[in-house]
Amino acid sequence: MIKPKIFLSLLFLILPILGGTGFAIAEEGEIPLDKAPIDLTDLPSLQRGAKLFMNMCSGCHSLKYIRYSTMAKDIGIVDAKGQILEQVIKDNLIFNGGKITDTIQTAMNKAEGEAWFGIAPPDLSLVARSRGADWLYTYLRSFYLDAKKPWGVNNTVFPDVAMPDVLFNLRSRLYAEKEGKEKFDGAILDIVNFLQYAGEPIQQTRKQLGIWVLLFLAIFFVFAYLLKREYWKDVH
Amino acid sequence: MNADGTDTGRRRFLTATASVIGGIGAACVAFPFLASWAPSIKTRALGAPVEIDISKIEPGQKITVAWRGQPVFIVYRTPEELAGLNTLTSQLRDPLSKESEQPNYAGNVHRSIKPDFLVLVGICTHLGCVPLYKPVIGSVEAGWEGGFFCPCHGSKYDMAGRVYKGVPAPLNLPVPPYKFVSDTLLVIGDDSPAGVA
Amino acid sequence: MQMVIKSVIGWVDARFPLTKLWNDHLARYYAPKNFNFWYYFGSLALFVLANQIITGIWLTMNYTPTAEGAFDSIEYIMREVPWGWLLRYLHSTGASFFFIVVYLHMFRGMLYGSYKKPRELVWLLGMFIFLCLMAEAFLGYLLPWGNMSFWGAQVITSLFGAIPFIGDSLVEWIRGDYNVTGVTLNRFFSLHVIAVPLAFIGLVAFHILALHEVGSNNPDGVEIKKQTNADGIPLDGIPFHPYYTVKDLMGLAAFLFIFCSVVFFAPEMWGHFLEYPNFEPADPLKTPSHIAPVWYMTPYYAILRAIPNKLMGVIMMGASIGVWFLLPWLDRSPVKSIRYRGIYYKTALTLFVICFITLGYLGSHPPTPVLLLMARIGTLVYFSFFLLMPIYTTFDKDKPVPDRLSRA
Repeated sequence: MIKPKIFLSLLFLILPILGGTGFAIAEEGEIPLDKAPIDLTDLPSLQRGAKLFMNMCSGCHSLKYIRYSTMAKDIGIVDAKGQILEQVIKDNLIFNGGKITDTIQTAMNKAEGEAWFGIAPPDLSLVARSRGADWLYTYLRSFYLDAKKPWGVNNTVFPDVAMPDVLFNLRSRLYAEKEGKEKFDGAILDIVNFLQYAGEPIQQTRKQLGIWVLLFLAIFFVFAYLLKREYWKDVH
Repeated sequence: MNADGTDTGRRRFLTATASVIGGIGAACVAFPFLASWAPSIKTRALGAPVEIDISKIEPGQKITVAWRGQPVFIVYRTPEELAGLNTLTSQLRDPLSKESEQPNYAGNVHRSIKPDFLVLVGICTHLGCVPLYKPVIGSVEAGWEGGFFCPCHGSKYDMAGRVYKGVPAPLNLPVPPYKFVSDTLLVIGDDSPAGVA
Repeated sequence: MQMVIKSVIGWVDARFPLTKLWNDHLARYYAPKNFNFWYYFGSLALFVLANQIITGIWLTMNYTPTAEGAFDSIEYIMREVPWGWLLRYLHSTGASFFFIVVYLHMFRGMLYGSYKKPRELVWLLGMFIFLCLMAEAFLGYLLPWGNMSFWGAQVITSLFGAIPFIGDSLVEWIRGDYNVTGVTLNRFFSLHVIAVPLAFIGLVAFHILALHEVGSNNPDGVEIKKQTNADGIPLDGIPFHPYYTVKDLMGLAAFLFIFCSVVFFAPEMWGHFLEYPNFEPADPLKTPSHIAPVWYMTPYYAILRAIPNKLMGVIMMGASIGVWFLLPWLDRSPVKSIRYRGIYYKTALTLFVICFITLGYLGSHPPTPVLLLMARIGTLVYFSFFLLMPIYTTFDKDKPVPDRLSRA
């Protein structure tokens, strides 16, 4: 009778060790990543991130799995009645003349992208899921000058990256101000926050619903346990 | 408690409670499966209002456009055809469109915002075929006044999409929500005042 | 009302064995009264199977099995189909939990000797179910058409190239192309949603029928059918319904709590259930920097890599699964349950569990020289557990087994 318990505890001792290895793999032989303090409940941050993305990234990168209308609803660009503020979106976020129900496409076509950068700029809908928020946060803050590269810049996280340092102007402008580094990091965090949302728009709803589901199951378990105990009074 | 010491009351209560909670759980699980059959965000986006330039349509001509995957007829009616509408009342099943489906602004005899432009969902109210446009007098049968004729089961509609008596279709052809943005630009699927989506 | 129900059931019973089936498999199926924790996983496996089939049917309604459309259609399900994200996470999480439940179910069989006479066929049918499960997992993993899907299928189909003479043509035949392409995706889809599930359901039915023919084993490994009352009912048996239906219901509630915790809070399971590179579309020109199968396949993958010869590696990997089939005949002990076994078997089983988990860990990591050596030792222990079993179970110092269950 003791034996199975030993096996069980053994299994549950080893499983967390295996679980922890996922992180080890991602970091092997790479520079350590800064932790991105993302917060998907911070709607103003998501809205700033959306605006920064549309201004600085969407010229080359699409978010082809997201519609402007869905995004507007999710990140709170709505009036008091929950109606999407269509004119606000059109004036501030749609730069290619698209409709509000369109997906977020880029003006650049694939062939042009390949000709200019050697590789077509990828769609970024899922970049937060394939790379992780910490990687994005570190990557966007790790450009350095390197005269040997075609764009004059390189990146410590992504060596020989094909992307030019599009954040250069923003960084120069903010660094000239007081607490410039903090302001710049904050702006990058907004973009990463937005991309984290874009990777899985449902994720906040999922967690909120999950709490109710687990509460329900806990109650169900109590009654299932009482029922079992009642019937098993027969068994001697 | 009965003879062998079983508390049947408690047992029955717990069985009932567990069944009810389990039933609620099963219903909650069924909901997302059923709800997932509703039109998706993409489907709704593709079903958005469509704009049509009507400046090229000649009097007496009909064009068909797709809205939400359904055929919508736009007919530029002649004054003679419009005048004919008032003479048919006794032959029609619902001449005043009391039971049929249309926005309030199309509840009149000619069933349209502007009398000359008729906008209809081209789906027979009998079993969903697309009726043929037959404007020429006498083209379907002797005494035909012009209108729509469904080839599937012979339902007949007049030049305002109103159904005749004695045919299988129960109702007039539906009118979709629409509006004129300008004299030449028509929007189907949206009849809200300008400025609001 | 009760009269009506009774007469309807009577009408059916005259034409179909409805009441008979109910009694044979539930109300008058007498199971040992001492089932413990390990006995939940059979019914849980059945539940997960139902979950996979139902969510699978629903996913098929919006999935596109083409190289051009597959990846997009998964994101369409995740973002635009109402509740599509939940259906997809239930299915992807269900896949991993299927293996967790089935591995624990198999381990139960090893703890209490459930594969031993007269239950050899129950075990064999179970092993065929396990093969179906591995096939389903492998075929299904290609369908999202992510970069890990693609390279996983590329690597596993390449294994067949190790077979002498026909290998290369065989690989082409399986793929239907020179590489893994949309053609491969199409046939994997067909097999995943129709062919294998049909075999799967049939085998599960046979597995349960075979079990109910001979009766369930128990943690004492005592045959309860040997001690019956005047009516032929086992003295230590209780009707499966209601006693084990209510107990399994309780187990299901606890299981669902853990399962839903993953579905709603960690569906990626930090890259173990949904691998990060699979969020990039399949790219035949770029292998992910670190390629590893999903966790449930990693022990066999570690064995494959431990052998420094392509053909031998493939053979050993096949053998590592095939050897499970021989378990009923490798075990020479007269005792079923670990409770009455001697020290040899207890040690061997403990070593085997450690080695299985270690191989699983090694299979998900890039092979450094030290890890490779560990994988080789692990492979040796793995096969020794099975192949030396006839020896150590023969000479083991087993304890006497009681006639009746030791305790309820």
